[in-house]
Amino acid sequence: MSADLSKPLLKVDNINKQFGSTVACDDISFELWPGEILGIVGESGSGKTTLLRSIAGLIEPDSGSISYAGDGELVEVDKLPEPALRQLQRTEWAFVHQHPRDGLRMNVSAGANIGERLMANQWRHYANIRAEALKWLEAVEIDASRIDDLPRTFSGGMQQRLQIARNLVTRPKLVFMDEPTGGLDVSVQARLLDLVRGLVRDLGLSAIIVTHDLAVARLLSTRMMVMRKGEVIEQGLTDQILEDPQAPYSQLLVSSVLQV
Amino acid sequence: MTVALRIRQLRKQFVLHTQNGAVLDVLQGVDLDVKPGEIVALCGPSGAGKSSLLKAVYGTYRVDGGEIIIAHNGREIDLTAANPREIVDMRKRSIGYVSQFLRVIPRVSTLDIVSNGAIELGAGPEKARMDAVSLLERLRIPAALHELSPLTFSGGEQQRVNIARAMSSPKSLMLFDEPTASLDPQNRQTVLSMLRDLADQGTAVLGIFHDPADRAEIGAREVTMEQIREPEHA
Amino acid sequence: MTRYNFAYLNEQTKKMIRRALLKAIAIPGYQVPFASREMPMPYGWGTGGVQVTASILTADDVLKVIDQGADDTTNAVSIRKFFKKTAEVRTTEVTEDASVIQTRHRIPETPLREDQILVYQVPIPEPLRFLEPRETETRKMHAYEDYGLMHVKLYEDISQHGHIATTYAYPVSVEGRYVMDPSPTPKFDNPKMNDCPALQLFGAGREKRIYAVPPYTRVVSLDFEDHPFEVQQWDAPCELCGARDTFLDEVITDDAGGRMFVCSDTDYCSKRQAESEAAE
Repeated sequence: MSADLSKPLLKVDNINKQFGSTVACDDISFELWPGEILGIVGESGSGKTTLLRSIAGLIEPDSGSISYAGDGELVEVDKLPEPALRQLQRTEWAFVHQHPRDGLRMNVSAGANIGERLMANQWRHYANIRAEALKWLEAVEIDASRIDDLPRTFSGGMQQRLQIARNLVTRPKLVFMDEPTGGLDVSVQARLLDLVRGLVRDLGLSAIIVTHDLAVARLLSTRMMVMRKGEVIEQGLTDQILEDPQAPYSQLLVSSVLQV
Repeated sequence: MTVALRIRQLRKQFVLHTQNGAVLDVLQGVDLDVKPGEIVALCGPSGAGKSSLLKAVYGTYRVDGGEIIIAHNGREIDLTAANPREIVDMRKRSIGYVSQFLRVIPRVSTLDIVSNGAIELGAGPEKARMDAVSLLERLRIPAALHELSPLTFSGGEQQRVNIARAMSSPKSLMLFDEPTASLDPQNRQTVLSMLRDLADQGTAVLGIFHDPADRAEIGAREVTMEQIREPEHA
Repeated sequence: MTRYNFAYLNEQTKKMIRRALLKAIAIPGYQVPFASREMPMPYGWGTGGVQVTASILTADDVLKVIDQGADDTTNAVSIRKFFKKTAEVRTTEVTEDASVIQTRHRIPETPLREDQILVYQVPIPEPLRFLEPRETETRKMHAYEDYGLMHVKLYEDISQHGHIATTYAYPVSVEGRYVMDPSPTPKFDNPKMNDCPALQLFGAGREKRIYAVPPYTRVVSLDFEDHPFEVQQWDAPCELCGARDTFLDEVITDDAGGRMFVCSDTDYCSKRQAESEAAE
């Protein structure tokens, strides 16, 4: 990974988003630097998912700007024409949804799910696409024999791992994850977290991970933001937030988790 | 810069919002210098703020006042004014912290854990693994365990893996919180001599060692929390 | 009794459809929405093609209508009758004699000329429909040339069958821009669409879409480098005319399992038979 470490990868400025009279994001600004894994924590309704979806270009914020530095200068993503944004979303960016069915094509095989981003990026050699799909199945610990099976025949954990493979196959630089372990059993969660952690490290990814689960943030993130009622009430390194939470709500959040 | 660490007027208090806003003053105007090659042992009764001081120096505790000047990349950086990214960079190169407890990613092998720090700093994976093996051998972790995750190891084994990890890529300032606490005499001896070697190579060491014999063994300069606290509080 | 307006549709409607046709010709392969009219025949019987034909027909035209390559099937016969009655145009079964050819599946085996127009009846114009049911999304995918999904379909074919098993409605890229569904034409005819001297017009009545391939336009069938596009091949020649390079239909000849393979293009086949008889 030849990331330029002297510049932020992503710059979020003054994002506001309201749904009716409910403020989901209240003037949120931050930077994400190459190699950083930012955990956004907070209870449901805190606005964290809305923030993530706004940044990733899945919904439009009411105001504010999002800039991304792929190879060169920071580019205002929210001002990009839609084709350019889509190109970004299927190459350098990736979005892992909480529910695999939102991120997978359930009516095509696992191999085709992984291959889709490659084919969208002009891969036109079947055997190569298939070889890449097999490599990624292995990387996410799904048996190669399942390559032609439909995702609906997979367990929830396998579907989520398939979604991750489908997203990472183009070696994105920035991955957005929305409660990636949300719908999974505890035992399956641990395995998925290990996997994500390993991939993030091996691929040198930067990521923004939204979770209500502090254990997920502890394991995956280098830095954390705590959100409540649409506001960022505290941010810092993961160990700072977990060991020295300062805002009353952060203290409540941390103290309500069983200490390991 | 003649010191590796210079602490001035360091204050830290905890406001416990979940406990009716109770306030704990843990560090009250601490002054302390540690020179390269020096081992400083923090002494004092439990609750005196020894561990808190280490965590403040590592940047885990965000302090309420004072300075923590650390030599980093040939410059003096005040950690209390550094942003998270700068702290991460300082931790990569200039400050190491070894807690009493091993915190590792599940399912990662002991060898990978121990060699990772050196690889992150640019060492070749082969060399880093060889160095890791010799560190683990020196700390008497049987070769049969090297490929396993240390999460299932005994407390003493975990602590030694923790120390091996720290020693594989030592920083210019190393913080140790009771590194010998759960070790048998033989391993305790090994760890102490490793610490001494570390200091002899120029590393500044700040640590907590309960046993006076340990402190004597490594020639530590003893400072009590009383001594380094601001006079009016003393 | 009042007469029908020429070719059944009123002039306003024809004008509207012609405008859609002009736009379609200007943007090869792009699906132009149009206000499809009720026709005196059910959907699925070629209402889209009939509206296109009605809009381009002139009194001097000679019309040929084929269904599955044959001029004598119910669908072809009734559409031919329809225009004979409403437009009083001459009709023919001979490809060379026709100026307008309406077809449901096949492209005639006889090469087409610049002074001919081929009108296709299309049931499902959207090539992306199979994998992406949302119209809002497929329109964006066309607009942004976001066509990875087409290859996903072909990938699935190969992974399930070992080769691209799609034999009709095989997607093509038109002039390097829009992906188009030539449905329900067999892929055997895809190469004939490429660089064709005749104008090709497509009408989908139920789906209210018109699209076009202007003369001499590049039409390329999608494929993979290691699974290139191939047309169907048959082991034996046509049993009636002996042609080896035509699209063959299986014909059941009796109720004892007897069958034979013959050209689906009846006009082409009978012409060849006549030629060989004359030569003898």
